[in-house]
Amino acid sequence: MSGKLTDDALLDRLQRAAFTYLSENTSANNGLVADTSRAGSPCSIAVVGFALSCYPVAVERNWMSRREAAAVTLKTLQFFWHSPQSEQPDATGFKGFYYHFLDMQSGRRVWHCELSLVDTALLMAGILTVGRYFDGAGDEENIRHVSDALYRRVDWDWARNGLETASQGWKPESGFLHYGWEGYNEATIVYILGIGSPTHPLPAASFAGWTLTYQWENLLGHDVLYSGPLFTHFFTHAWIDYRGIQDAFMREKGSDYFENTQSAIAIHREYGARNPRGYEGYDRDFWGITAGDGPGNREMRESRRDRRFFGYMSRGVPYGPDDGTIAPWAMLAAVPFNADAALRGTRHLLESYPQVCPNDRFTSGFNATLKVQGMGWLSEGWFGLDQGLLVMMIENYRTGLIWEITRQCAVIRGGLIRAGFSGGWL
Amino acid sequence: MVIGAPPPSMSPIAPAIQPDPIGQDDFLLRVRPSGWQNPPPRSRYDLVIVGGGPAGLSAAEFARRQGLSVALVERHYLGGNSLNSGSIPSKTIIRAARGLSSLRDEEEYGASAFERPLTDFPSVMERIRRLRTRIAEYHAVDRLKSRGIDVFFAEARFVEAHVLIAGQTPLSFRKAIIATGARPTSSNIPGLDQVGYLTSDSIFDLAELPKRLGVIGGGPLGCELAQAFCRLGSRVTIVQNEAKFLPDEEREAAELLSMSMSRDGVDTRLNTTVVGARMEAGAKWLDTISDDIKCSIAVDEILLSIGRMPNVESLALPAGGIDFEVAQGIDVDNFLCTTNVDVYAAGDVCNRRQFTNVAESSGRLAVQNAFGTRMERQHQAAIPWCTYCDPEIAHIGVHASEARAQSIPVECYTVMMQDVDRAITDGQDYGFVKIYVAQGTDQILGATIVATRASELINEMSVIMSARIGMRRLATILHAYPAQSDAIRLAAVAFVNSH
Repeated sequence: MSGKLTDDALLDRLQRAAFTYLSENTSANNGLVADTSRAGSPCSIAVVGFALSCYPVAVERNWMSRREAAAVTLKTLQFFWHSPQSEQPDATGFKGFYYHFLDMQSGRRVWHCELSLVDTALLMAGILTVGRYFDGAGDEENIRHVSDALYRRVDWDWARNGLETASQGWKPESGFLHYGWEGYNEATIVYILGIGSPTHPLPAASFAGWTLTYQWENLLGHDVLYSGPLFTHFFTHAWIDYRGIQDAFMREKGSDYFENTQSAIAIHREYGARNPRGYEGYDRDFWGITAGDGPGNREMRESRRDRRFFGYMSRGVPYGPDDGTIAPWAMLAAVPFNADAALRGTRHLLESYPQVCPNDRFTSGFNATLKVQGMGWLSEGWFGLDQGLLVMMIENYRTGLIWEITRQCAVIRGGLIRAGFSGGWL
Repeated sequence: MVIGAPPPSMSPIAPAIQPDPIGQDDFLLRVRPSGWQNPPPRSRYDLVIVGGGPAGLSAAEFARRQGLSVALVERHYLGGNSLNSGSIPSKTIIRAARGLSSLRDEEEYGASAFERPLTDFPSVMERIRRLRTRIAEYHAVDRLKSRGIDVFFAEARFVEAHVLIAGQTPLSFRKAIIATGARPTSSNIPGLDQVGYLTSDSIFDLAELPKRLGVIGGGPLGCELAQAFCRLGSRVTIVQNEAKFLPDEEREAAELLSMSMSRDGVDTRLNTTVVGARMEAGAKWLDTISDDIKCSIAVDEILLSIGRMPNVESLALPAGGIDFEVAQGIDVDNFLCTTNVDVYAAGDVCNRRQFTNVAESSGRLAVQNAFGTRMERQHQAAIPWCTYCDPEIAHIGVHASEARAQSIPVECYTVMMQDVDRAITDGQDYGFVKIYVAQGTDQILGATIVATRASELINEMSVIMSARIGMRRLATILHAYPAQSDAIRLAAVAFVNSH
């Protein structure tokens, strides 16, 4: 499929296919979006955050009318505004935060899941994006109003549980999850939105407290603020343009978070080339080790040694875990940082293993080493996070639209500045 | 006074080791001979040492070499925790476990398929006793006696600032050193006392391999023994109430250990607290909770390893004018001096880092500071230590997070063992060497090493740091090739390449 297309045509086709996942898996009555395409999947609030951010892309690319996009956006925001917020175990949220997974129809908490800080932050990033993008009258005015109210309602300060840094979440049955964040990861979005709040902010010092756990490492010949799974180098970047802006840590290291993601990509490619565990397919143009679906807990005897495989988990480079599973979408999501590597890898993957992209949409996981009926193991269906991230990352590469919107967003600017960022567009 | 069998374990700090009829004669002859006659005391000793573990023994031998008169009081066995229930027996059982485990991989190296042998657990335990006896010879009581050390087997307690009583015998001293060590912390988990549990003091006395072992606590000892017993054939579940094992180590090291334990088949439960224990249908049940998820685990034996408590309660320390806290141990200054200026402390009873190497060096330092003309501080920064899981996890100096907390910009130079030729050929390529460097210099602040023999590699780092060798020079120092320790040089080469 990829061989005949120009880069732009290929990107356009894959970006649009990714967006159709969102439109096809959105509940008509409340705007919630399914976590995966599998039967009975609940909504993930993070996927809703991505979906909201993709509506401006769809409008600009004429995949949706502006009126249609505003209508579904407003419906989604109104659902979150009116849904129950309480300590009841089947509420939708509490203290302005939301449970990680919600029933697609009722919007209530499912699976005894946690009130999630990072997933609420991803949702709020989407809510702030539409609150900035829709600048017209009527529905659009309401969008701005509800967006602002939802963000102001989040009690970030409560979510510290009296400690210096943010917790990961809370459950009505047992209180705060008793482990925090250690080391660099996707939680930057929690701190930037939390610190930027005009109503219940995280203290600015909480960000510095968290960055104390950072590790600046030289790995496989590259200097990097280490985090193993690739998605941690992407998520916050889908919204925030980190080019040229620095916090105290990056000033100390003479880098920025955008460059850092470029370094992480270089390390993942180098790891693919070295392929220390001898997995099939791995190459400088076959990489993408991150959080995602996997073959499940299985064992296999191969080359007179035991191979172990895992289910859905966070995989990382170079410390592992690595069971030969890559996320087929991950190379393409790197396109704003290293377009050449992203497109070479994606084309190589599509040519070698076209089955990883059914209906032009990338699956969540692929393992060429573990054979299932003669083929490499492939995750079933699609995952919403992957599709939403791809739409945004491809758009940022093509036009910078999302970055342009959030650069104008006062609370994101304010959060960055109060967290100690300066330079560049700030 | 004639000493017979060791004291019964009535006192809360009496070790629980029971004399074993088999092969113990030579052992007891070295660590606590039956029929031992305490010597007549001198009117006053230059130095009285309470506790015959690594700190007390090194202090006694060092003090004798200075020509001081020395009495050493031990209430149980010479050798302390390290010999009797710590480093020596645990490393011996780990060796057995590693041997059995490596057979699993032999096919990869070219052996034809074969049946995996079963564990002969009594032989494993017999080897522990044999090696313990052999190692006990280096500090055997006859040796101490021949060096002129008066050894008293008795309980000791202070009666005044310069006098303590060993059993019934008053010992007067110019200076004293308290080196009574530490013991496994007990727990207030409801029901645990009733169902019964093992600690490091008793697990090496097991006669048969438990079919199912529950380990409470994911610190060094809990992880070492969980993995070792799993490899010997027990079904092991380890429960740790924090998000990672080995809370003092960095995240990547702890996660590699988690993966390694899982690969071996240890059932690992992180972020999980044991809230109760009970007997039911012939099994011991541990009830656990992880956030809101409740679980019960059936086991045959329970190992409790949630830390160590200093042995301070029975010493009548207030009579000697010596301040202490039950959990933290004896209050000492940087020179190991207690609140009684003529009494020092050494080893686990006063150190946060409860390691044999620290105990031995602090024993000598206490003697030097008690009698020397120049006082020297105890340096905490350059202590190498190791957790002997497979792979081993070793550390020296500061962690990156500690340096950052002190506003020292730090960089880490990492070499993965999977990129080290000898580790590849050895089939021991899980792990890494990570060296922490002060940014803008080539000064080494510390290192974390995860490798099959990290304990050997970290000692090279100890010499490098002690000699103040920087990364630039280290990169030029020839190492034998191929060798796993070449990873250390390669980390320095990475430094040079990035500058």
